[in-house]
Amino acid sequence: MIEVKNIFKSFDGKPVLRDISAQFHTGKTNLIIGKSGSGKTVLMKSIVGLIKPDSGHVLYDGKDFLGMSENDVKALRCEIGMLFQGSALFDSLTVLENVMFPLKMFTRQSAAEREKRARFCLERVNLTGADRQFPSEISGGMQKRVAIARAIALNPKYLFCDEPNSGLDPQTSILIDELVRDITREYNITTIINTHDMSSVLGIGDNIIFLNQGEKEWVGTSNDIYTSTNEKLNDFIFASNLFKTVKEYIDHKND
Amino acid sequence: MRLPLQGQPYAACEETEFIKMFFQSLHHFGDYILLQKRIFTVPDRWSEFFRRFIDEAGSLIIGSIAIVVTISLFIGAVITIQTQLNVSSPLLPAYTVGLVTRDTLLLEFSSSIMCLLLAGKIGSNIASEIGTMRVTEQIDALDIMGVNSANYLILPKIAAMVVFIPVLVVFSMAAGLFGGYLVASFTSIIPASRYIYGLQSYFTEYYIWYTIIKSFFFAFVISSVASYFGYKVRGGALEVGKASTDSVVVSSVTILLLDVILTKLLLQ
Repeated sequence: MIEVKNIFKSFDGKPVLRDISAQFHTGKTNLIIGKSGSGKTVLMKSIVGLIKPDSGHVLYDGKDFLGMSENDVKALRCEIGMLFQGSALFDSLTVLENVMFPLKMFTRQSAAEREKRARFCLERVNLTGADRQFPSEISGGMQKRVAIARAIALNPKYLFCDEPNSGLDPQTSILIDELVRDITREYNITTIINTHDMSSVLGIGDNIIFLNQGEKEWVGTSNDIYTSTNEKLNDFIFASNLFKTVKEYIDHKND
Repeated sequence: MRLPLQGQPYAACEETEFIKMFFQSLHHFGDYILLQKRIFTVPDRWSEFFRRFIDEAGSLIIGSIAIVVTISLFIGAVITIQTQLNVSSPLLPAYTVGLVTRDTLLLEFSSSIMCLLLAGKIGSNIASEIGTMRVTEQIDALDIMGVNSANYLILPKIAAMVVFIPVLVVFSMAAGLFGGYLVASFTSIIPASRYIYGLQSYFTEYYIWYTIIKSFFFAFVISSVASYFGYKVRGGALEVGKASTDSVVVSSVTILLLDVILTKLLLQ
């Protein structure tokens, strides 16, 4: 489980995160949602250590990440997988080499063992036959799948996904969501997803944290969203006509 | 330039800008030193370091041999022609042309001027490559995995440059002297035998070492400054382009400054 306690962060005197405390559960897809500029990415980067918060604590299974020694941080990083918004695959490496990269850097496995594990991960994300291609030669959806395969190559305990659906069509988007959810349950990973994709929120949100202007506004599950009376959350979730119609239909049915 | 506030003289405004720039430069320098601390650590995997070292040597150095040899060949030829024009006096022996060409190439052109050219070619390449990796979050991906991204990406580049730039400099010397020989052979401005005699006259072996020592420093400046500007990029394509330009400007000025200092230290 990952827990954040009283996180504050500001840039040039402008507060971006204000007293954020939250728990992210193991074996569940934990979503951080909110408008652009609400502090989602800063919170995620603070949790993974790419940004140092001004104050507060980040606990990985009870251990304070910010107080860890350099060696402990390095060991913890081997247990973290991350899927970036733009996939962040290494341009100069092929698909297979990208997935093998963390194995090469952090295990003593032989080349054959590494390749076997990388092929297994690629099969797990339903991607075969593209292993000799370079990232620039495959589609955005395939790139995301390669990035997921790379993220799970070392059997991580924690998986972070920064806007995994951005730039994808709705169908591919659902496939990626389902893949992340299945992997989370299958390997009992603590997954944190940063998104403003409503279909993800309603489809795979086991534990949702809604941020508004750097503050935690609401916590609940995807089922709770339909019955929520939080105005800011409702304004955000049901901003699109499609979801507004669904909400009205459900309200009408309940009446 | 910032305009002065009401009642503020122009001089005061410029002074404020100057102070701001001074502190910005200090900030950059401090950041640069801290980055060196992260770069010069033991690599996580030596095998990976050597693989990248070979790759970098191939892409950065081998790819520059043709341009270095071509430029040096022509500059050697031009120096020979211009020297002949300037020293065509009955009081000076004909071999003076070869001697002056040799010393000009060895002492200044093949190290300093060639490294200025390489700061443009290789430096901008390094800054834009690392800068693009930064803006596409590839560096963040390395950091998240627990890889020391500065060490993994930059150390092989610096090592390849420091090892192979002196080799390029030696190629440059040879090509430049050969360019002069071609001019002497195919034109009638000076007999080729006199040119060769000039190359051999009053030869000081130390000049070659002096050039090689300078090139070690210049290679480090080119690779580390370009890597710094690329690594610190924030934003998008525009900032990558700016980082590339800034790296060339700063490396060039630093090379010239170091040139003065090293010449004073090594030759006097």
